[in-house]
Amino acid sequence: MAGSLTGEERRTCLLILGVLALCALGIAVPGRWDPIGVHGLMVVLLCAGAAGYLLLRLNVPEPSPEELSGYYDAPIKVGVGLTMAWAIFGMFVGVWVAAQLAWPDLTFHQAWSSFGRLRPAHTTGVIFGFGGNALITTSYHVVQRTSRAPLADRVSPWFVLFGFNLFCLLAVTGYAMGLTQSKEYAEPEWYADIWLVIVWVTYFVLFLRTLARRKEPHIYVANWYYLAFIVVVAILHIVNNLAVPITLASAKSYTVWPGVQDAMVQWWYGHNAVAFFLTAGFLAMMYYYLPKRADRPIFSYRLSILSFWGITFFYMWAGSHHLHYTALPHWVQTLGMSFSVMLLVPSWASAGNALMTMRGAWHKLRDDATLRFMVVAAVFYGLSTFEGSFMAIRAVNSLSHYTDWTVGHVHAGALGWVALITFGSLYTLVPSVWKRQSMYSNALVELHFWLALSGTLIYIFAMWNSGVIQGLMWRTYTENNALAYSFVDSLVAMYPYYIARTVGGFLFLLGAIVGSINIWLTVRRSPASQAAPGVYDRPHDLDPTPNAAE
Amino acid sequence: MSKTEVDPATGEQTTGHEWNGIKELDNPVPRGVLIFVVVTHVFAILWWFLMPAFPLGWTYTRGLLGIDQRATVEQAISANQAERASWTSAIETSSFDQIQADESLMAVVKDTGPQLFGDNCGACHGFDASGRSNYPDLTDGDWLWGDGSAEAVAETMRVGINTSHPESRFAQMPAFGRDGMLASADVRTVARYVYSLSHPEFSTEENLESIAQGESLFAENCSGCHGAAALGDAETGTPNLTDAYWLYGGELDQIIESVHGGRAGHMPTWDERLTPVERKVLALYVHSLGGTTP
Ligand code: HEC
Ligand code: HEC
Ligand code: HEM
Repeated sequence: MAGSLTGEERRTCLLILGVLALCALGIAVPGRWDPIGVHGLMVVLLCAGAAGYLLLRLNVPEPSPEELSGYYDAPIKVGVGLTMAWAIFGMFVGVWVAAQLAWPDLTFHQAWSSFGRLRPAHTTGVIFGFGGNALITTSYHVVQRTSRAPLADRVSPWFVLFGFNLFCLLAVTGYAMGLTQSKEYAEPEWYADIWLVIVWVTYFVLFLRTLARRKEPHIYVANWYYLAFIVVVAILHIVNNLAVPITLASAKSYTVWPGVQDAMVQWWYGHNAVAFFLTAGFLAMMYYYLPKRADRPIFSYRLSILSFWGITFFYMWAGSHHLHYTALPHWVQTLGMSFSVMLLVPSWASAGNALMTMRGAWHKLRDDATLRFMVVAAVFYGLSTFEGSFMAIRAVNSLSHYTDWTVGHVHAGALGWVALITFGSLYTLVPSVWKRQSMYSNALVELHFWLALSGTLIYIFAMWNSGVIQGLMWRTYTENNALAYSFVDSLVAMYPYYIARTVGGFLFLLGAIVGSINIWLTVRRSPASQAAPGVYDRPHDLDPTPNAAE
Repeated sequence: MSKTEVDPATGEQTTGHEWNGIKELDNPVPRGVLIFVVVTHVFAILWWFLMPAFPLGWTYTRGLLGIDQRATVEQAISANQAERASWTSAIETSSFDQIQADESLMAVVKDTGPQLFGDNCGACHGFDASGRSNYPDLTDGDWLWGDGSAEAVAETMRVGINTSHPESRFAQMPAFGRDGMLASADVRTVARYVYSLSHPEFSTEENLESIAQGESLFAENCSGCHGAAALGDAETGTPNLTDAYWLYGGELDQIIESVHGGRAGHMPTWDERLTPVERKVLALYVHSLGGTTP
């Protein structure tokens, strides 16, 4: 890590760590009687640890000029490790909360392990920890390769990667102490939010500067999506988290948004988090790693354009479908519903573009589980976006809302789409970045694929069943126009499905563990790639490229 | 720079762009997608005309169908109430005896009672109303308050026990040990006497003397509420201590616990949370669980 930085860059890192530690101290001392003080202290200690690591390595030889002008892959390697670590953590907590819903005593009478605190630890762990690290890591890889330019500098990639992970850590440890803004997927308190803004703006600038240095005349589709992801997440995050802390020495804050407007802002944020965090960025992965692995050209450039602008435009208006039949004015609900229906077209166009790209390569699916991960992901993407548009229709939503159907829908997207495309991408990225011939074991990739697929199917079928049963039980009347079931009757009916969901989640977790072991073994044991470094393994200006020769 | 070529697998033209080996075909947007765009947009535009859809300053377009979610809900509620009126008004105006004599009304009670009980009472009393530690069994025929008639149950529900309702029932067993009214040895002694009332086999030769001591302690301290024979009083909610029904447990150490720390169970008032009709249905339902025949 330190060896990939010049002496001056190492000193810049130390300066940044010093400033951060001072800011954290400024919070830790006045906030010492509050959980914010614990966080302040935690950051001071982490900065001290990182500074110590760097100080011990100030004399490690600097990278050669050759290395300095090449692609900068060191942060990608660390990012892969962080992605898999968060995957295991987040999914383990997921299995745990799933089990708690079937066996509530699994909290062991501790406050930190109650359902209300573990559930956000799960969602933050998988969405931001696992998903976010996968996005940052692959974006560093893809933007360099498709721009034929190294990252714009060598300090900010680390700042973004570690800064983002610090945010995730503050979030998860905060929940354990009972801190939350009570906004779903935006639970962390004001100081963590401010920190994320700083990190995210740095990310944006880094990405733009790298694109600006590109040696290709056009910007590849994947980069449009990464850019949309970065820009929109910044806007969403800032607007939804506007809040006033009760004092600077306290973690507690109050949102500036009142009443139903707060609900609307929250679900404008929530839905676009799904769109730009869990969709746009992963579409970027799909647009790079799928054609790469299949070795096929993208089916249609024009379809890419149509779906990109369709998705960026329509998603923005769809958030109110989370608030059907609430105090939100009816007209806002109508807009949310109709935009959700129109949104299906660009969504399916993206999935279709991916599947049509497979023409001429379908036979590869039989032996290549990595490619299968990505193709099945595209299918789940199509499936969950169809389901989403369907559920956005008010009449359908009156059945599905508040039920496990939503949870089933989320996981068709989260497991079937987000997680599968990530694993497929990582299995393509890892051998390439570490310059290995292939993954250590194709059999383990195959095993992971089947564990993930069966886990996903068990999970979503269990939740579809339980959700529809719940929804129907809540609206069934006797001939006397009285409710036919009490709420507890519906809970009793859920029990077998909650057990099934736990089993499905456990299989999925097992797959992630198998994948992590395989990645570890690839890095440690796989033979190095024999092929001479491919022409595309180096930035444009260092290589006599075939294009130039032609 | 960019040079289009023909993709050998499909015979289609590429755009000539290339990124790290990835190329794109120059295919047009398939016609199916365009049709799909038209269909969804036509649907959306139609829907905007029919439904409330766009803001206009302080108001909004109301839509040709004139549908409004608030009005729809209100209509649905009053339609449902109108249909239920066939039995709610009869239950509201009839006395308990009249309802019990009317088979069709009792059928409604049996049909709706379990759900009301499940949603409001089961969490404490158990979903089959058989109670558990600290929460009385409502099916055993042993009543703290009244005779288990529907009227008595309805009254308990209306005002609650140990609540802030102005007419609340109060049932408070003093904390004799903790508040220093009895020495801890005396607490044990009186508890042994109480225990012997429901466990005759406990009155062995060697226990007789201490039980007699306990009896006199009971007469001094307890009989005022529980009655001289410890039979309790359903007017004041004081439990009978001689039977096999226990709210807090009939083992010796549990009785000691009751006498040492006192007891005051909390039964919520349902005066404002349930309608009179719902309370009547529930009272009849609880009554019908067989709790009147011990
Ligand atoms: C002020 C009236 C009062 C006095 C005096 C009183 N009790 Fe009680 N006792 C009650 C009430 C009321 C309850 C029921 C408490 C409840 O329902 O939560 C009760 C409950 C109990 C119980 C628990 C019954 C069960 O079902 O678990 C025991 C045992 C008991 N009393 C024993 C005694 C003894 C022994 C004394 C004398 C030392 C005594 N009480 C004095 C009012 C009294
Ligand atoms: C929060 C828990 C709780 C809930 C909910 C609750 N109860 Fe109770 N209920 C109690 C307790 C505790 C007592 C005993 C109070 C005492 O110790 O005197 C009780 C007593 C009663 C009694 C008197 C029993 C007797 O022996 O005289 C009746 C009748 C009763 N409840 C009916 C109901 C009904 C009907 C409902 C639902 C509308 C209900 N309860 C809901 C806790 C609850
Ligand atoms: C091991 C696999 C997983 C298991 C067992 C699991 C389990 C759960 C459980 C039990 C809940 C709470 C449901 C409720 O409130 O009733 C939940 C919520 C959620 N999970 Fe997972 N999960 C897993 C993986 C993932 C992944 C990989 C993602 C995303 C990348 C994800 C995203 C979410 C989201 C967004 C929610 C919130 C749903 C809502 O708002 O209703 N999960 N999960």
